[in-house]
Amino acid sequence: MNQSLIEVNELTCTVAGQRLFDRLGLTVASGDVLELWGPNGSGKSTLLRCLAGLFEADEGVIQHAVGLLYMGHRPGLNELLSPLENLRWCAGLQERDVSPETLLSAIHSVGLDRYKDAPCRTLSAGQMRRAALARLCVSESRLWLLDEPMTSLDDDAVALVRDLIAKHRSAGGGCICATHVKLEFPQTRVLELGA
Amino acid sequence: MMGNFGVQFRRDLLVAIRARTETANPIAFFVLALSLFVFAVGTDSETLPRVAPGVVWVVALFAAMLSTENLFQRDHDDGSLELMLLDSRPLFLGVLGKLLAHWSVSGLPVAILSPLAAVFINAPFEIIAILVGTLLLGTPVLTLIGGIGAALTAGLGRGGLLLAVLVMPLYIPVLIFGSGACYRVLDGATATAPVLWLIVLLAGSITLAPFAIGAALRGSQEY
Repeated sequence: MNQSLIEVNELTCTVAGQRLFDRLGLTVASGDVLELWGPNGSGKSTLLRCLAGLFEADEGVIQHAVGLLYMGHRPGLNELLSPLENLRWCAGLQERDVSPETLLSAIHSVGLDRYKDAPCRTLSAGQMRRAALARLCVSESRLWLLDEPMTSLDDDAVALVRDLIAKHRSAGGGCICATHVKLEFPQTRVLELGA
Repeated sequence: MMGNFGVQFRRDLLVAIRARTETANPIAFFVLALSLFVFAVGTDSETLPRVAPGVVWVVALFAAMLSTENLFQRDHDDGSLELMLLDSRPLFLGVLGKLLAHWSVSGLPVAILSPLAAVFINAPFEIIAILVGTLLLGTPVLTLIGGIGAALTAGLGRGGLLLAVLVMPLYIPVLIFGSGACYRVLDGATATAPVLWLIVLLAGSITLAPFAIGAALRGSQEY
């Protein structure tokens, strides 16, 4: 059951002349939550981007067999489209047929019912973040890479993120999460960067 | 199989419709620039009918370049591009869908408006059919080539001038065959050869440009 979702070996990465990590290794199996801690600029985002395949590390091997979900600093929402339209596009990108009811219930669970048809540029920063979180609700990816998912969220939404990660975990998924807010899950592992 | 193509096409068309003013820019440019030519050269002159095909083509080319500048900029800035690149499937169809949506609101309206524009600048009637035909074949090539430049400059903020320098040399063959075909017809010759060349350019750029665009977009994520 404890199937490995991602395995990283000897990952070395230099950005702007600064060595961010040197021969880093990590494994995340199903049911694991790995928190990335570290001060600003310690390479948390860069590590996640490397794992997502958006940034090429200098050296190292990254192996992952399963589809992954990446949520970065930029929300991935077109400001002229509504949260619902953005979500439909995102699900469509993975060539998945997600029913309209599922999309609507995802929008409902992030609390954007009233804004589901409003263009995203009219949303506040926290609401934008919530709209991006809706992707987690419809995700079928087994590995989640979350880059500070709690940014600009209120208490309710933070609880929602915790809840989503807990559900994902019990369904056999894994999660790597860069965060300054401690997730306080039982048995999370912590990787501290820039220490 | 065609899923990603349709998904991108529908989304980008919707975005283009929502961003009406921005979408209308190149078309307005096309009409305005042509009308200035009429004022500058004068309608009673012998010159205008002669230069008309060339003028329409040059203005269409600039309109295409003007519109490609922002092809990937918004997606880059809001992070949508990251989501597209995450997908392990090749980018080919998604990119093609995006470009088709873009062409439908930039090159296609220019081609449709060109008969009107041709009459407006006193172009001979016999070249109207060939003008529309060559624009229909040529403007998709302009969009595809412009897409490569737009993808290369996506992470650079405003890469307007750089984009022009990058794609202009690649636009030249399209311009030569496009307006060349019109002049052949104007001189009473047959335009088969330049039209076939345009078809070759179109086929080549449909098959190759999306790969180049995909690679360039991946590169744009590095900083």
